[in-house]
Amino acid sequence: MTHRSHRLLSVRSLARVEGEGAMHIRVRDGEVESVKLSIYEPPRFFEALLRGRRYDEPVDITARICGICPVAYQMTACQAVEDACGVTVDGQLAALRRLLYCGEWIESHTLHIYLLHAPDFLGLPDALSLARTDRALVERGLRLKQAGNQIMEVLGGRAVHPVNVRLGGFHRLPEAAELDRLARLLRTARRDAEETVAWTATLDFPDLHVRHALLALRAADSYPLDGGVPTLHGALPDAPALTSFPVGEFERHVVEAQVPHSTALQASADGLRHLTGPLARWRTAADRLPVELRDLGAAAGLGEVCDNPFRSIVIRAIEVLWAVREAQRLLEAYEPPPRPAVPVPPRAGVGHAATEAPRGLLYHRYELAADGTVVTADIVPPTAQNQAAIEADLREFVQQRLHLDDAELTRQCEQAIRNYDPCISCATHFLDLTVERG
Amino acid sequence: MSTPRPRLAVWKFSSCDGCQLTLLDCEEDLLPLADRVDVAYFLEASRAAGPGPYDLSLVEGSIAAQADVERIHEIRAQSRALVTIGACATAGGIQALRNGRDLDELLSTVYADPAYIDTLATSTPIAAHVPVDFELRGCPIDKRQLLEVVSAFLAGRKPDIPDHSVCFECKRRGVTCVTVAHGTPCLGPVTQAGCGALCPAFARGCFGCFGPSASPNTRALLPLLHADGLPEHDVVRLYRTFNAEAPAFRDAAGDALSPDEEDRR
Repeated sequence: MTHRSHRLLSVRSLARVEGEGAMHIRVRDGEVESVKLSIYEPPRFFEALLRGRRYDEPVDITARICGICPVAYQMTACQAVEDACGVTVDGQLAALRRLLYCGEWIESHTLHIYLLHAPDFLGLPDALSLARTDRALVERGLRLKQAGNQIMEVLGGRAVHPVNVRLGGFHRLPEAAELDRLARLLRTARRDAEETVAWTATLDFPDLHVRHALLALRAADSYPLDGGVPTLHGALPDAPALTSFPVGEFERHVVEAQVPHSTALQASADGLRHLTGPLARWRTAADRLPVELRDLGAAAGLGEVCDNPFRSIVIRAIEVLWAVREAQRLLEAYEPPPRPAVPVPPRAGVGHAATEAPRGLLYHRYELAADGTVVTADIVPPTAQNQAAIEADLREFVQQRLHLDDAELTRQCEQAIRNYDPCISCATHFLDLTVERG
Repeated sequence: MSTPRPRLAVWKFSSCDGCQLTLLDCEEDLLPLADRVDVAYFLEASRAAGPGPYDLSLVEGSIAAQADVERIHEIRAQSRALVTIGACATAGGIQALRNGRDLDELLSTVYADPAYIDTLATSTPIAAHVPVDFELRGCPIDKRQLLEVVSAFLAGRKPDIPDHSVCFECKRRGVTCVTVAHGTPCLGPVTQAGCGALCPAFARGCFGCFGPSASPNTRALLPLLHADGLPEHDVVRLYRTFNAEAPAFRDAAGDALSPDEEDRR
């Protein structure tokens, strides 16, 4: 196994991720020479196709970038276009948007925890195999995921590509009876989410410590979800925030570049290899969580800074519990607003917005003509930002595990990639593993 | 002696994964379904990738790169029945908006160096390349319809999927017609049912995400869309979204253009 001087490992199609991609690792004389995460899914050209569309269309069109996090796209598109038009949606309409987004966090994170990521920790190929050994566990996951989907169906009409979101708010307000039903479902979901946190804490976490800059939104009085100030932390665990900047200056700090081996663009923040998502949110905003949730994190082995990406599953579980509690809070405080949407008249201008998609910070910018026609659109999805960090992790991870045979090394690399819940369709583009031991 | 369970495969081409996700969204039906079939290949859900042949292949996404063309032929050869799921697989999807446009211009809008990118100038439905046994519509598909299609193929019968328009579902559901009551432009009369008249139930006009119904009279709808305040280019836009390459919608977009606007294209 390790006696060969050259070795090439290849995952030609990465499983349990969204979209299509591959990984190529080249090892020469016992040293990892190169790691390439290649996203071969053909480009879908959203930014180009949005040009010339009407300003109320990105909300429905950009949802189709990703079937797992359509609400993240819808919320970010709405806010960016509204920003261009000089409109801010607040009060109960903003609360309903936030409730819808909580639904997506519950659904998307739970899908990732139970169906995509947990089987790795248990050495199983999939959740269906897991169901054969512990059906109640998988049923709990599916029930929790369904609670998230139910929120999306009530607020959005359906869980994949909701239809009820529009500029200024919603097409139709939810009815009291529908919200009462959600409140009842959330009581069970809260118990399931608490049990999920406790269960993820018992998993066996491989040892890996990473050094990436971390970028997440920081909100004034809440854990980040639908807004906040982009805040960049350096790689050192105890360093203060390097910088925070207004969303309107995002593209001056986060720069996308093309790499030859991938259809997804890669990004860096102020020249640093950076990471978005659960580790970044925890670093940037764990102090904004209710103290009980922070304590749950501490009990599960999370410090103020978590630098082991395998533990992101615990942060996701805590975020699901937070989203369930936040949804309960929003429902309790809900009073029907006077109208389902505020008017958003078009005007010439440029608008920006960033929100926290479950897998990380998502940014949109739109330039509008006076009649509302989209002149240019720019979308920076989380996976594009995370791609360089994933490659860097793998380099170190593989170096420490060269004694493993190809099949086992490949399996563990896939798990390491799945730590980031990469969304390749989102990266407007994902994954196949080649380890070349040369 | 037990008979072997039918082998199910799920494939992805150019798409958002939403239709595959719809299978995982069948929460309470997912484990019972998995008890009845052998999920032989489903990369979004499992790293166990079993070789063919497969009894039923569900195909999501459109053909958008040269490698896709070879792959769909291999899948067809390995599949007893092949069912396409969703607007991308049945009509090219949102990414078909590239068709007829200058590929170099599209590439240079998104990429600094387009030379690396492997893509076709078109995004085409699966049926344009291989025979398809059944096409399930929707962007995304409806999970009840998906379960019906899978059950039907496992039972060896024809799926009971209606091809009438969204208007039937509105009437059945008792939803007030948004066009008649509020003058809201709506593609419901020419769009295939399946969503449960979702948009009208949420007080908005249908935007055609299930594609054209059987023999839709799109020309008859045109004056009504104009009367509801949609200028020509907005009618074109409406037809040219998630099912732009479905022939009836493509033709309707052409009909909506005035001759001089057609010239400018």
